[in-house]
Amino acid sequence: MRTWKVTRRTEPLGWGSFLLFIMAFGISLAISGFLLFLQGKPGLGGILLLLEGGFGHGYSLEDTFLKAIPIFLCAAGVAVCFRMQVWNIGVEGQYVMGAAGATWVVLTFPDAPMWAMLPAMGIGAMVAGGLWASLPALLRLYAHMNEIISSLMLNYIALVILQRLVYGPWKDPDGAGFPHTMVFPDPAVIGTFLGRIHYGLLACLVCGLGLVFFLKRTRLGFEVTVGGENATAARYAGMPYARLVLFVFVVCGALAGLAGGIETSAVLHRLSMNISVGYGYTAIVVAWLARLRVGRIALFAFLLAGLRVGVENLQLELGVPAAFAGMMEGCILLTVLAAQFFDNYALRRVQAQPAAAGQKGAGA
Amino acid sequence: MRAILLALMLTLGLCAPAVAAEGKPKEKLKIGFVYVSPVGDEGWSYQHDLARKELEKDPNITTTFVESVKEGADSERVILNMARKDHDIIITTSFGFMDPTMRVASQFPNITFLHCSGYKMSENVSNYFGRMYQARFLTGVVAGRMTKSNIIGYVAAFPIPEVIRGINAFTLGVRSVNPKAEVRVVWSKTWYDPLVEKEGAKSLLDVGADVITQHQDSPGPQVAAQEKGVYSIGYNTDMTKVAPNAHLVAAIWNWTPFYKDMVEKVRKGQWKSGSFWPGMESGIVDISGFGPMVPKAVQEEARARRQDIIDGKLVVFKGPVLDQSGAVRIQDGALPTDKELLEMNWFVQGVVGSPK
Repeated sequence: MRTWKVTRRTEPLGWGSFLLFIMAFGISLAISGFLLFLQGKPGLGGILLLLEGGFGHGYSLEDTFLKAIPIFLCAAGVAVCFRMQVWNIGVEGQYVMGAAGATWVVLTFPDAPMWAMLPAMGIGAMVAGGLWASLPALLRLYAHMNEIISSLMLNYIALVILQRLVYGPWKDPDGAGFPHTMVFPDPAVIGTFLGRIHYGLLACLVCGLGLVFFLKRTRLGFEVTVGGENATAARYAGMPYARLVLFVFVVCGALAGLAGGIETSAVLHRLSMNISVGYGYTAIVVAWLARLRVGRIALFAFLLAGLRVGVENLQLELGVPAAFAGMMEGCILLTVLAAQFFDNYALRRVQAQPAAAGQKGAGA
Repeated sequence: MRAILLALMLTLGLCAPAVAAEGKPKEKLKIGFVYVSPVGDEGWSYQHDLARKELEKDPNITTTFVESVKEGADSERVILNMARKDHDIIITTSFGFMDPTMRVASQFPNITFLHCSGYKMSENVSNYFGRMYQARFLTGVVAGRMTKSNIIGYVAAFPIPEVIRGINAFTLGVRSVNPKAEVRVVWSKTWYDPLVEKEGAKSLLDVGADVITQHQDSPGPQVAAQEKGVYSIGYNTDMTKVAPNAHLVAAIWNWTPFYKDMVEKVRKGQWKSGSFWPGMESGIVDISGFGPMVPKAVQEEARARRQDIIDGKLVVFKGPVLDQSGAVRIQDGALPTDKELLEMNWFVQGVVGSPK
């Protein structure tokens, strides 16, 4: 008698892993199509509309790239922290503080020329995000406070600070009392180079490549990975564990802050509460899906952005409720994460053990 | 196709920006709505969607909508995609859609854009709103008559002029019939969060409020009033369903007449952009039916004031209006300008709370 058995893989799956992902993605689309069908909408047609909306035209690709930029930067930061098993859930707050940092530069030096303005905004954003991220790190190191709780709570505090700023000192005097800053002057707006895609994409490229180099080629990058796999071992090896924790938090905060700065400048052209749309949380999902690898983060950021863009097309053409987007995203997350199980394990058909068969018989 | 479209846009945009807005008459119209929240069963977006359904009854009109659109980057994309999909009119119904609407509209001079609750306009973008404060005044009259503790609770959304104006008008209504009553304000800092808004109402109930009203889209405060066994006043939609024992009356939106008017003008090629702020006389704002606990005399009083507003005999905010410190903000007999109303950032006498 032959039966199925789960065994650990001894060889890494390699390209098969990619195939696995495609299959999982296909299954989640099929489930989504079925859900559409249950609502009396065309299942297959709906999925095609979705893909068309996210990836099917030049302009939908533009939209998808545009949305993927902040998600990628945030997720890359998350990956650095998570590699060291430091659970920074405060990316949203760091992103918001980054946006505030960039805005501070604009409001303080409104007449600066572009060559000075944009770099200063970038630095302002990264410093603000990095400093904000250092808070949970210091709390963990010196007060032994769980960073999951502290970094998450700091998100809400960041939002209240933002609210204070746009309702208070930073409110546009010509804004009829509405809570937002003035529209940024032209030198403070990052330009576009392809349709609506702005130069923030280059920042993604630079940060992404820099991160890959850092993790693979530098001693510090090696220490981060080792520190995550075994903190005690890292300490024995003489690695400065505390400084590493602070370091990964600051790197993540700086990347998230940069994302926030780019988004205010290139997309919103002013600071308002609308800067916070949950990219910091999406980033955590993306980092997990990508198993903390930079290249895959780019892929998943693009994919998830495309799906979110595509779902709007579905709403527009078929009139499905907005909640469908959330259901579908959950579905993809579930199937892809479930499929990752097979990255490490395999189902094999093996000869059943006689003893097991015997037990079965006795049980019956 | 894209190149042709671009060329078309450019020529129209460059040569005839003034003519572009006043287009040719159109037989069939495709109208898109962008909502900030889910349509749901009541509230802000729901009221706009009722009007959308009314419009769609016309066989020559097709409508689309996208709900739960986040203000900011997402909304620009949604509006842009509607524009690309050959809509004739695009209606964006939240303040945060203002900049994105303006940006997209500048690229599509042939499309008519209507933006609700903002202050910007251009050749092909109108902004519009309704004088909800008039309906608020009337609900204030009812609240002033119904309160026994003389404390009325107001769960307010954000300290922006629109909300402050509503609180002030409501308070003037209350005080017009009950000068001893005060209106206590708590800010929820939310537009839709049933839990937070309900908690806000509870905090007002704890200080003795026996009528609760609100300026958000969730029915949370109504539920809180119902559970406590006191009265409530709804907003956006007649909220009797969620709080049948508490709900006295609601200040409601009715967008259908305004949208029909705009659509008709676009159809005939007579539409021109502007800033529209119609009042109760146009039907855009009103009060709902009364709950059975409202005495006949109070109902009649509110109806009479309603007629006065429609006839122009009663002008809310006609001076003298005093602020919280007792200083005169609108001189005796003076009528406030729209600019003053639109930038209102102070509370009238009788409000307890801070307009910040």
